[in-house]
Amino acid sequence: MNPLNAYLIIGVSVLFILGIKLLASPKTARLGNLVAAAGMLIALLTLHKTNGDYVWSQGWTFNYTLILIGTVIGLVIGAIGAYSVKMTAMPQMVALFNGLGGGAAALVASQEFLRGSHVVEGLPPLIARPLLFAILPPFIAGSMLFATLIGSLSFSGSAIAYLKLEGKLEKPHTFPGQNLLNGLILLVILGLCGWLTFNVSGSNTTAAFIGMFVLALFFGVAMVLPIGGADMPVVISLLNSFTGLAVAADGFAIHNNAMIVAGTLVGSSGTLLTLLMCKAMNRPVSNVLFGAFGSGGGASAAGKGELAGKTVKSIQADEAALLLSYAQQVVIVPGYGMAVAQAQHQVRELSDELGKRGVEVRFAIHPVAGRMPGHMNVLLAEANVPYDQLCEMEAINPTMDRVDVCLVIGANDVVNPAAREEKSSPIYGMPIIEADHAKAVIVMKRSMAAGFAGIENHLFYKDNTRMLFGDAKASLNALVAQVKAG
Amino acid sequence: MNANISDVIFIFVLAIFVGIEVISKVPSMLHTPLMSGTNAIHGIILFGGILVLADAVTPLQMGLGFVAVIFGSANVFGGFMVTDRMLQMFKKKKK
Repeated sequence: MNPLNAYLIIGVSVLFILGIKLLASPKTARLGNLVAAAGMLIALLTLHKTNGDYVWSQGWTFNYTLILIGTVIGLVIGAIGAYSVKMTAMPQMVALFNGLGGGAAALVASQEFLRGSHVVEGLPPLIARPLLFAILPPFIAGSMLFATLIGSLSFSGSAIAYLKLEGKLEKPHTFPGQNLLNGLILLVILGLCGWLTFNVSGSNTTAAFIGMFVLALFFGVAMVLPIGGADMPVVISLLNSFTGLAVAADGFAIHNNAMIVAGTLVGSSGTLLTLLMCKAMNRPVSNVLFGAFGSGGGASAAGKGELAGKTVKSIQADEAALLLSYAQQVVIVPGYGMAVAQAQHQVRELSDELGKRGVEVRFAIHPVAGRMPGHMNVLLAEANVPYDQLCEMEAINPTMDRVDVCLVIGANDVVNPAAREEKSSPIYGMPIIEADHAKAVIVMKRSMAAGFAGIENHLFYKDNTRMLFGDAKASLNALVAQVKAG
Repeated sequence: MNANISDVIFIFVLAIFVGIEVISKVPSMLHTPLMSGTNAIHGIILFGGILVLADAVTPLQMGLGFVAVIFGSANVFGGFMVTDRMLQMFKKKKK
């Protein structure tokens, strides 16, 4: 490897770090993405094999033709996915790309592992054993096994997360003893990994390795299946950081510093992001992963009992339009319902119409509204809602008492006062947007179905709350027409 | 080899702290683009796939390496493109 390359890799690492740093600020985010992409390009041009050979100076073989074809196929898949996906389906797309990365990490590591172990397979043990340690020291073998385990888990887990977000596997699947069974599977996997680390060749190695691979794939499914759809953002973020760690472990295995830096950066920042998301929901990450929350339970039944006898009051579009038109301050709380109904443009139209009439409109964005943190911001930005109208929860809550009308569009758990009032509620302690403090609340909702947490929402039963039933898009169109007419 | 191992662990440990430090002040509105952007960065696994496929000998190795390259390529290109598309929308904020 020529010395210049080592310096170029340092440059690549700096570009990745700068890229992530710039991504963390609204003004520079797009530039940050391009900076990271530039780093990727340099890493490609300076790619060296483990033995120090420059990849692109080797003779052109069939393998290189395959590399070219494979890269182009991936490019086409990626481009079609990236440019055809609707903004509302963005989280699924991230899950999908993440899963593919995890799968690639597992395949790379498993190839390296099996190749390393086959080199010495034909030799007598006395010669093979020391040779083996020269080729695959336990640290390297362990890295490969780790990358295979985490990568394949991320692959199958992301696939399940994708299906859940697409609505094909909406209900959490649980059965008694599930956590115990998953724990046992994990123990077997770790046992196999431990054994393989120090037994990298022999007749049983390949079989044990394939067994481990299959179990890891299965574990990814078993881990994500019991988790409710509302928690998928946390799961995707976690699997994203997993894939990062798998890539870093691959970097150890094939001794590529750019991969180590990139993978580790993603692993650690992804873990922090996961924790931030859990914090916003006031749940420890262990509760998300093992709680099988969202399947409904004793707490929701208790909530129902208390609400027995209370009824919700509904409202029609014309009356709601009147309320909004004559308000001074309106706060709009968007939720997943808005994303599903693709109603972000109608929301913007309504806010513009109200603005023309002198109503001050702000948007209250809960950190976990929608399917991913920032999901609502992306959608509202798509609809050209100006930044300065988007407020974070902490900024808007202290001003909620002065708000005349709070319009909740397809949000549920993030405005549920049970998080503040009811100790037995599973969401107790979660920070919420205090919609119930507004003078009047209009909730747009398709039906009285419970939110993803599967619990009743007391907000709907408050005296100052009116329910506007129907598809969010249709209701908003009606509202806009009425506000214009009035 | 031992010196090398401590070197890479050194890089690993420092990178952990850098990764935590650079995103510790990110506003929640950028969480999705950030997740998507870091998702693209781990697409660097494409190069692992290229290295494996470049040295593949048996048809099985070639086949698996080929799949790894496709997966990695979709991850890296799709990841950057989808992130750019998301962020493009943040840009045209003012009329």
